[in-house]
Order: sequence, then C-alpha cells, then structure tokens
Amino acid sequence: MDFAPFLFLASLEGLVQAAVLCLTAVGLSLVFGVMRVVNVAHGEFFMLGAVLAWWVSGVMPGSPALGFVLALVVAPCLVGAIALCADRLILARLDYNPEATIVATIGILYVIQQTTLIAFGPDARPVESPFYFRVQFPWFGYSGYKLLVIAAATLLLLATWYVIAKTRIGLVMRATRFDRDTARAFGIAVHRVYAVVFAVGAMFAAVGAVLVVPIRQAHYLMGLDPLLLSFIVVIIGGLGSIRGTVVAAILIGLSDGIISVFFSPTLAKMASTMLVAFVLVFKPDGLFASQTR
Amino acid sequence: MTENAAAKPGANTNPAAGLKTAALYAAVIAALFLLQFALPEYHRLSVTRIMILAVFAIGYNVLFGYTGLLSLGHAMFFGAGLYAAGLSAYHLGWSVPLAFAAGVAAGALLALLVGCVALRTTGVSFMIVTLMFAQVAYLATLYFTGYTRGDEGLVLPQSSRSFYFFGALVDLTDPATRYNLSLLLLGIALAVVHRLVRSRSGRAMLAIRENEPRAQMLGYNTFAVKLQALVISGALSATAGAAYALLFAYIGSSFTTIQYSIDALLYTLLGGPGTLLGPVFGAFLMFYLVDIASQYTSAYLLVTGCALILLVLYFPAGIVGTIKRRWLPWLP
Repeated sequence: MDFAPFLFLASLEGLVQAAVLCLTAVGLSLVFGVMRVVNVAHGEFFMLGAVLAWWVSGVMPGSPALGFVLALVVAPCLVGAIALCADRLILARLDYNPEATIVATIGILYVIQQTTLIAFGPDARPVESPFYFRVQFPWFGYSGYKLLVIAAATLLLLATWYVIAKTRIGLVMRATRFDRDTARAFGIAVHRVYAVVFAVGAMFAAVGAVLVVPIRQAHYLMGLDPLLLSFIVVIIGGLGSIRGTVVAAILIGLSDGIISVFFSPTLAKMASTMLVAFVLVFKPDGLFASQTR
Repeated sequence: MTENAAAKPGANTNPAAGLKTAALYAAVIAALFLLQFALPEYHRLSVTRIMILAVFAIGYNVLFGYTGLLSLGHAMFFGAGLYAAGLSAYHLGWSVPLAFAAGVAAGALLALLVGCVALRTTGVSFMIVTLMFAQVAYLATLYFTGYTRGDEGLVLPQSSRSFYFFGALVDLTDPATRYNLSLLLLGIALAVVHRLVRSRSGRAMLAIRENEPRAQMLGYNTFAVKLQALVISGALSATAGAAYALLFAYIGSSFTTIQYSIDALLYTLLGGPGTLLGPVFGAFLMFYLVDIASQYTSAYLLVTGCALILLVLYFPAGIVGTIKRRWLPWLP
C-alpha cells in the first residue's frame, strides 16, 4: 500500500479511538466542570458499561443486533443508577470536598473493579458485532460498524451540546457550575443537579464502552487506559470545558493512532503523560484556554 | 481532611510528655524486637516486609500528614530507591551499602526535581501532577526493559546477598538478619521524623498545613519548606524501596504502579495522618487485612477500596489520630 492510503487508514482508526475517547472524556469533564469533583472511578464506569453490554447481549436471544441495541439502553442506565448511589451514599456525605472525594473515588474504583472480578471472573469477554458490513474504499475495505461508532458519537455530542446550550436543564447545569451558592439562592436544588450530573457523566463513559466493545473485548481491568486518556484530554482541553475536551480528544485520539504506527506506544504514552503534567503546572486552564472560558 | 488530624503544635514541649514519648518509642521498638522470637517463619517474613512498608508510610506521612500535601505518586520515590539500589547492584556490581546509598540519593534527587515542578500547583492539581509523573516513571521501567526486564523483573545475584560491615559478615539471606535490619531502619526513620517535626522547619511545615497564606505572610518561604518536606519524604520512601530491593533481592515494575502510591496513602490514613506511629500501625493492620482477604478471594483489593471509602467518610483522623484527640493528647 502507498503512504497516502496507509495514512488514511491510520486516521480512520484514530477517529474511531477519538470518538470513544470524546464520549468518555466529556463525561469526566462534565463532572469536573459542574461539581469540581475529580472522578478517579470514571474508567470503572466505562468498564462496567462494557461488561454489562456483554452480559445483556448474552442473555438476549435472537439476533446480535437486537441484543446490542438493548445493551445500548440497559447498560448505561444501570451504570447511571450505580453512579447515582455512589453520589448519594458517599460523595454527598463528604460535601464534595475535593481532596476527600478523590480518595473516596479511588475507593469506589477498587470496589467496582473487584466486585466485577468476583461476579464476572478474570476472562476477557467478546461481544458480537451487531452487523458485518464493509465499506469498500478504492484501496481497502473498512468495517462499517467502526464508521457507525464515529457517527453515533458525533450525534450524541451534538445532542449534548444542544441540551447544555439551549435547554432549561442545561441552563440549570451551567448556573450551578458558574456559582453554586448563587444558584442555590435562586432556588436550584444544587445537590439534585450534582447527583444527576454524576450519573450522566458515568453514562457517557458507559455509552462509549458499549460502542467500543464489539471492537475490543470486555475485561475487568480495561478501565485504567480510558481513565488516564480521559485525564490527559480533559487537562489539555482545560478542566471542565466541554468544547476544549472535544477538540483535545480528537487531537489526542488522532495523533495517538498515527504516532503509535510510527513510534513505540510506550514512548508515546510517556511523552503525552509528561506533556500533561507540564500543561497542568504551567497552563492550568488548558492549551485552548483563551477560546473556551 | 488533614486539619482533623491536627496536633496542637507545641503540645509536646513539656519535659514529662517528652519522657512519655521516648518511653513509648522504646516500648514499640522493644516489642517488635521481642516479637521475632515468638513468630513462626511465615509471619516473621511478613513483619519484616511490614516494617519496610512502614518506613515508606512514615516518609509519605511527612508530606501528607505534616505538610498537608496529598501526593498520589509516591510509588515513584519507592521505585527510585528500589531501582537505583537494585540496578547498581545487578549491573555495576556495587556492594550492598553503596547500592543502598545510591537508592536513597536517587529518591532525594528525584523528589527535588519533581518538587521544583509539581509544587507550583496545590490541592487537586498537585495530586494529578504527582500521579502523572509516577505514571511516567512506571512506563519508563517498562520502556527500558533492556536494563530492568520490565514486569518480569530481576533477581539480584548472590554477590549482593551479603556484605562486610566493619569486618563482620552480614548475610542477607538469613531471616533474623533481615528482620533486625528492617527494625533498625524503622527505628532510624522514626527518630529522623521525630527530630524533624520538632525542628524549626518542622514547625513551618505544620504552619503550612494549617494555613499556607498565613505562613507566607509571617515571612516563611513556603515553597522552600514544602520542597524540603518533599525531599525528606522522597528520601525516606526511597530508603524503604532500596531496603526492599536489597533485603528480598528482587526488583520489578509492579513496585512502581499506582497501587503502591495508594497503599502508602491508605496506611497513613488508617493509622492517622500527622501522627508518628500512625503509619506504622496502619501498615500492620492493612497488610494483615489484605493478607487474610487474599486467602479467601483473588479480589482482595476490595478490602482496600472499602477501607478507603469508610476511612474518608467516618474516620478521617485514623486510629492513632483518634486516640490522640480523645484520650492521649501527648502522643507523638
């Protein structure tokens, strides 16, 4: 294959990664933006989404497409419910103290991960793709499902943007984010907003995981990589800025896909992690701060 | 979180309390010394490990408990000590005392470098930056697999299993020697931190924990004090790492994972941040909790998770911290 089609293929793979990363990172960014909570357990919500998708599509008889659609609805709802409980039982009681919540979410991380290990065992579980359709490009055929992932993520992100920017729910969320005390003074039930945002943030990760699970497999340790990548994306994009997060996710997803082809993936990870640490120290508002805040 | 565990600075200045404190240390060290004759082989090895991990937790506590900075990356300092000592013994054939010194120095140097960058941030940013640096350190141990053998790790050669100390042969394969060496390290670590907390810079650390802007206003160079705390903390953690490598003759990437950073935090939280003996008790209790849980299930980290949540919800002062606040205010 020539260089140009090769680069095109790498970019497509990068875009698929970017799409899933976008969804996961937007969830993390939403939680941080509105609640000022760094959710270390975010990757485990991703993992739960994937494992539950495997479970639902296995229980469901009939065509894999039906099971997949069901998983796409059931898994995020279950994950959202679990996140809601975690918020009510733990985070709310800590009054969202930033340092205490980090320690608590580390605890939640272990509890979810190890409970999954007990319930589902240590094996990687494959999920069948809902359909097998290949899009034929002039140089190679490409999985139609992967293109669907990109499209679905784009649609979902547009819908999110609409909800946040144009609806009353979005207004309440933005008000809470902007000034918690003033929002409360205007009669917004801040704690209810927090609970909903925490659940929705987790559901974003779960949707991303359900979409990716026919490409990769479900495993109880799969949460760490999306967590670290989301951290990287959210920090580079500016903590809590949704637009910055999306831009950074596309940038990181694409470049990660392309760089990994040419260099050692470990070295690429080291470089991006180091970059993030320095961004956080020297440009704490993110690289695109001037446009987004 | 940390202010709950606050000691009243100066509460320990009267001589009677000083005497009580000294007696308490002596009792703890003596009890640990006598314990080795009562314990069966397996538990004697466990306690040897615990005492090394306690040194790690004591180092962590200097930064978290006394200076109020929560790091999520202390595994990198433990790892620096572990790898500097282990690699210099393995590849360069350095003698045990020399390799040990290299380990401690590497930890202090790494802490100095990391501190210069990371200490520009506070609070949540500091936690994430230290986490990220530790992740880079972990990935580095995998990347330089030609020297470190990554996950698989290295077993130190026979030549670094013993050394001469003023003419006397010290054999590190002997369990009793290992036990008493780690007890010695624990004693030294306790003494160092005891002195530190009562020194001028120790008081400045406490002042920063309680209220950094006020400490700054009083004329303290808070950056320098925090950097000093981080270097001492990193050096103590590296001491534990170097001792672990040399006593048990194995080094591997798993010692630099985030798991080890969290363990240090957990030991300190459980025992009581800002108390001298807290991390030691925390390490003992948590090690045995996980040890017992792992006999029943492979998901023993569930214990770690539950402990973290419960501690932060209901018990932020830890065991020794609570005892100190309720009953024995003179506790160190």
